[in-house]
Amino acid sequence: MQDIVCTFCGSVCDDGEYDLKKKSVKKFCKLGSSKFAEKERIKAPMIDGKEVSYEEAIDKAVEILVNAKRPLLYGWASTANEAIRLGVILAEKLGGVYDQCASVCHAPGTLATIEEGIPGGTLGSVKNRADVVVFWGSNPMEAHPRHGMRYSISAKGLLVKDRKQRKVIVVDVRPTKTAKIADIFIQIKPGYDYAIFSALRAIISGNADAVPSEVGGVAKEKLIELADIMKNAKYGAILYGLGVTQSRGRDRNVENAIKLVQLLNRTTRWIIWPMRGHYNVVGAGEVPAWEVGYQYAIDFSRGYPRFSPAEFSAVEVLKRRDCDAALIVASDPVAHFPRIAVQHLKRIPVIQIDPYPNMTTLVAKIVIPSAVYGIEAEGTAYRMDCIPLRLKKIIETNYWTDEKILEEMLRRVEKFKG
Amino acid sequence: MEIGGVMAVVVELITGRTLDQGATVEEKLTEEYFKAVSYIELNEEDFKQLNLKEGDRVKVTTDFGEVVVFAKKAELPKGIAFIPMGPYANMVIDPATDGTGMPQFKGIKAKIEKTEEKVKTIKELLEAI
Repeated sequence: MQDIVCTFCGSVCDDGEYDLKKKSVKKFCKLGSSKFAEKERIKAPMIDGKEVSYEEAIDKAVEILVNAKRPLLYGWASTANEAIRLGVILAEKLGGVYDQCASVCHAPGTLATIEEGIPGGTLGSVKNRADVVVFWGSNPMEAHPRHGMRYSISAKGLLVKDRKQRKVIVVDVRPTKTAKIADIFIQIKPGYDYAIFSALRAIISGNADAVPSEVGGVAKEKLIELADIMKNAKYGAILYGLGVTQSRGRDRNVENAIKLVQLLNRTTRWIIWPMRGHYNVVGAGEVPAWEVGYQYAIDFSRGYPRFSPAEFSAVEVLKRRDCDAALIVASDPVAHFPRIAVQHLKRIPVIQIDPYPNMTTLVAKIVIPSAVYGIEAEGTAYRMDCIPLRLKKIIETNYWTDEKILEEMLRRVEKFKG
Repeated sequence: MEIGGVMAVVVELITGRTLDQGATVEEKLTEEYFKAVSYIELNEEDFKQLNLKEGDRVKVTTDFGEVVVFAKKAELPKGIAFIPMGPYANMVIDPATDGTGMPQFKGIKAKIEKTEEKVKTIKELLEAI
């Protein structure tokens, strides 16, 4: 089969070839190939480790959820928009909290966007126009291995025709694999992104005098050189990663970077965009945004949606022990949350919907296996630049889709709650 | 330097994705995933200072917890250490979110010392949480 769409990272490559006999995929990277390789699955629905039918597992899950005072519904980055839509409705009916993987990933960028807006562009515009690309705290060679080839490093575009016409700059705290293939690598001290964005803004606005001889481990001359390259770009792109959102400053770092781009846009054209991780983590934010107005950390306990990451993000809810049950869909918070948050997941009944066994499976009371979107099920996902792509079904399965499982849950919840 | 009579180095710890972590992330209960996330990368000088050989174990201690992982030499600035994102890193990162919902996964002060303690399996680690 041709033009297979990959459901691993946010690049959502749509040019794979699937060999039905060998059950393997061509053209994709190591991450995409591992996605399409056969691997251990959750065999059947389970309650307390005992195999049951889908109906029994869903009945029990609904019993737990409707009796909970404030259930947490978390995950959503590796499933289709159709399932996310039902998840948000379910959170509303249950008076629970909806949160998604971005809250431990790119959500600080969402906060910055709320404050500043975002001068953005698609991956197509980066490929065709960007003559300067700055990877800031992002390492696509390990996290999005084909991003460079398809869009941002060696991609052959309409106006920027090849690697020679594109200057690639990496700003990071260590020499990453992406730094190795960059034209310029600027090594900064951890936690100094904000200060460096400020220094660049000062230089570009004609206030270089105010910048000390070194900022965040970078010499002033080097910063002046970078500012010059930025000013002289025809179309520049800052593609930032978790180096910016997960270190000191978080959302304020992104906000300052956006201000830098706004300043550059007085004389030339720049965009800034996050390098999103999971294939549909954009959907996990966009779908609730078009349903209830917010992207993450949404509480429905008062019957209407309230957004407050300090209160309703999954990590904060769990740290405060402020949920008494959890529905985890297409995610593994036990592996990816700080210890204190995992401690509470171990205390409360957890219901998991996922194709693969993971650390959350080990603490879950109810485990419901699901079909893999893009392989066993079709649906829609947003690529990292918000372009919706149709995920294909390649092979048949007996596993239910997330959409079907959630539809059945919702039907039962509506019986209890109206 | 010696801290409390034990040879140790103090580093700034960062965590993040790697290709191997990504390629095994949907197989978390396998040996491959364990290998992909249960190590720390150290700068050569820090590595030497702790008198380490490749594959030795180190204890990583922060204000928020401790974890034993395998030690690897890597091209890193002196004083910076890296653990791939995952359950081992999450034992020692800073859970404070400053009101954003985002814990501080990068830039945490950590003490590294050689240890004879074993590296916990994924299941043992979960039990210890």
